[in-house]
Amino acid sequence: MNMIVCIKQVIDPEAPPASFKIDSASNKVVPPQGVSPVIDPYAEYGVEAALKIKDALGGKITAISLGSNQLRDIVKKPLAMGADELVLLEDEAFDGGDSWSTAYALAMAIKKLGEYDIVFCGREASDWNAGQVGSGIAELLGLPSITLVKKIDVSDGKARVERVTDEGYEVIEVPLPVLITVSNEIGEPRYPTIKGIMAAKKKEPTIWKPADIGVEASQIGAAGSHTKLLKLFQPVREGKCEVIEGESPEEAAANLAQKLREAKIL
Amino acid sequence: MAENKGVIVFGETAGGKLAAITTELLGCGSKLAKELGQELSAVLVGSGVSDLAKEAIAFGADKVYVVDDAQLKDYQTDAYTSVMEKVIKQAMPQILLLGQTSIGRDLAPRLAFRLKTAASLGCLELAIDPSSKLLLQTKPVYGGNAQAVFTCETFPQIATVRVKTMEPLERDQSRKGEIITVDAALEPSAIKTKVLEKVAEKVEGVRLEDAEVVVSGGRGIGSEEGFTQLEELARMLKGAVGATRPPCDNGWVPAGAQIGLTGKIIAPDLYIAIALSGSSQHMSGCSGSKTIVAINKDPEANIFREARFGVVGDWKKALPALTEKLKELLAG
Ligand SMILES: Cc1cc2nc3c(=O)[nH]c(=O)nc-3n(C[C@H](O)[C@H](O)[C@H](O)COP(=O)(O)OP(=O)(O)OC[C@H]3O[C@@H](n4cnc5c(N)ncnc54)[C@H](O)[C@@H]3O)c2cc1C
Ligand SMILES: Nc1ncnc2c1ncn2[C@@H]1O[C@H](COP(=O)(O)O)[C@@H](O)[C@H]1O
Repeated sequence: MNMIVCIKQVIDPEAPPASFKIDSASNKVVPPQGVSPVIDPYAEYGVEAALKIKDALGGKITAISLGSNQLRDIVKKPLAMGADELVLLEDEAFDGGDSWSTAYALAMAIKKLGEYDIVFCGREASDWNAGQVGSGIAELLGLPSITLVKKIDVSDGKARVERVTDEGYEVIEVPLPVLITVSNEIGEPRYPTIKGIMAAKKKEPTIWKPADIGVEASQIGAAGSHTKLLKLFQPVREGKCEVIEGESPEEAAANLAQKLREAKIL
Repeated sequence: MAENKGVIVFGETAGGKLAAITTELLGCGSKLAKELGQELSAVLVGSGVSDLAKEAIAFGADKVYVVDDAQLKDYQTDAYTSVMEKVIKQAMPQILLLGQTSIGRDLAPRLAFRLKTAASLGCLELAIDPSSKLLLQTKPVYGGNAQAVFTCETFPQIATVRVKTMEPLERDQSRKGEIITVDAALEPSAIKTKVLEKVAEKVEGVRLEDAEVVVSGGRGIGSEEGFTQLEELARMLKGAVGATRPPCDNGWVPAGAQIGLTGKIIAPDLYIAIALSGSSQHMSGCSGSKTIVAINKDPEANIFREARFGVVGDWKKALPALTEKLKELLAG
């Protein structure tokens, strides 16, 4: 099994909401002080999905990440978890892209890698919550896509996949190759082992520039985008919580009940 | 691009009726169409959906495209993308709206790439820019920590809309409209996937989406047993139990209980948030609640920035006391 996982370096989404700041002049997020970036969580679930298949059937996993200022310690995490190769699309020309230009560059890189049975993406990245790059890559490569996946079984050149729906889930059969976007129900990503971390340290990523994947600067990054960001802002929170007092939590809770009744909320 | 005109809504059905999101989209679409001075259309794709075309008109559509075919009984990416591509090329709309549902989340991006345009998923607000006449698409980003306004300069401009954020129009059976049937013309060989089974999660009591009161727990509840205490309160208030992601991931509650950006979106009258920190990704799913009440042992927890009333303390002490006192008050 040849598997490719698209991963992305992002600002840690678990940083406390109070630490989140934007610079409205430049429409950009100010990275919080002292909080190191992480791999986009859903992409990490994608790595876990690929590793589960590798555990069962063997195979090779290549992680690809597009971005600038990618910290090696961060983007090497898939290697430390058990992936085999890391490809970085790293060039200023890739910057400032939207789902379209990002999916395009990733699709061209995947084409260059050539052999694959399953391409994994996260269901949505934690920064822009776009939820499109996976389906976009599939469309550009002419692959079937199954999104919001929580379970995968592979046999006889086919995948049997469970997809989360609003009502529950559905079971879908699809021939390989296929693109799958992964949801958290797939199961917590494993921790890197010491051995994995050591191996990842020694492994050098492959760096590709636009010319390496046969794309023009006009097709990628900001230049290749279809969408324009007009404004980025933080919604105002009213923040007028009335803390109900009491000698003990029990008493405070009883006072809360009284309050809800008086305010005719219940 | 000049020939693109009108707003079109991708309609979803549920139990032989238009889904609530469809009427919400028609409500929102009719405002946008009016502002542009253009028509509002709907598309109904499925098997046995023709009868609902009149309903879509009653809820505001001027035109309804119907693609009724046995092969379209279940939603499938390949089949629906190909059918929608055909309808869009025939209707040539400026704007296409879908719901932020498990179908819309899948169909919108795939279709956008097929049509060489872009989509914004999970929009909260849509408006027409007075000068450019482009669609202003406002959506939460960074898990809800911020919101962004996007425009797209290729047509159709595609947006999915979060459930329960738009108002449907009053149903008006006297409204007139045109119904256009479109042949699916599907090549069975072009459909690579096969739906083997659909599993609906069993719900006892009130559905989370419909509940007026939701009692929700987070990681701090700590166990499946812990949640039985939340169920007790929910049952007493004729409400439902919800959760943040960790209790779902840990199997303390079913996955369908997850509320948030990647879970269910709800807007109950009362949301009781217990031992959850109030992450922006979670609040994305419940910030529309009328009143939020929080119980958390950490006075600095973000949930106290979102709640109207709060109790600082261990839920194991506070919750039984709250349930007890409410039982007494509601009986009296
Ligand atoms: C792209 C993306 C999408 C996501 N989508 C969702 C989503 O849809 N829904 C969702 O919920 N999450 C989602 N998450 C995860 C989210 O970021 C948070 O990790 C999650 O919501 C945290 O859950 P929590 O509040 O229960 O846990 P924590 O943040 O760990 O909070 C636990 C709280 O319990 C309190 N506590 C502990 N013990 C007690 C006690 N005995 N008594 C009282 N209080 C106590 C603590 O003070 C703390 O505030 C998403 C994340 C990403 C990156
Ligand atoms: N810059 C990127 N590099 C690699 N993978 C990406 C990138 N952007 C998005 N992806 C993949 O696409 C998924 C969905 O991202 P998005 O469509 O941006 O929400 C992510 O979870 C990643 O798997």
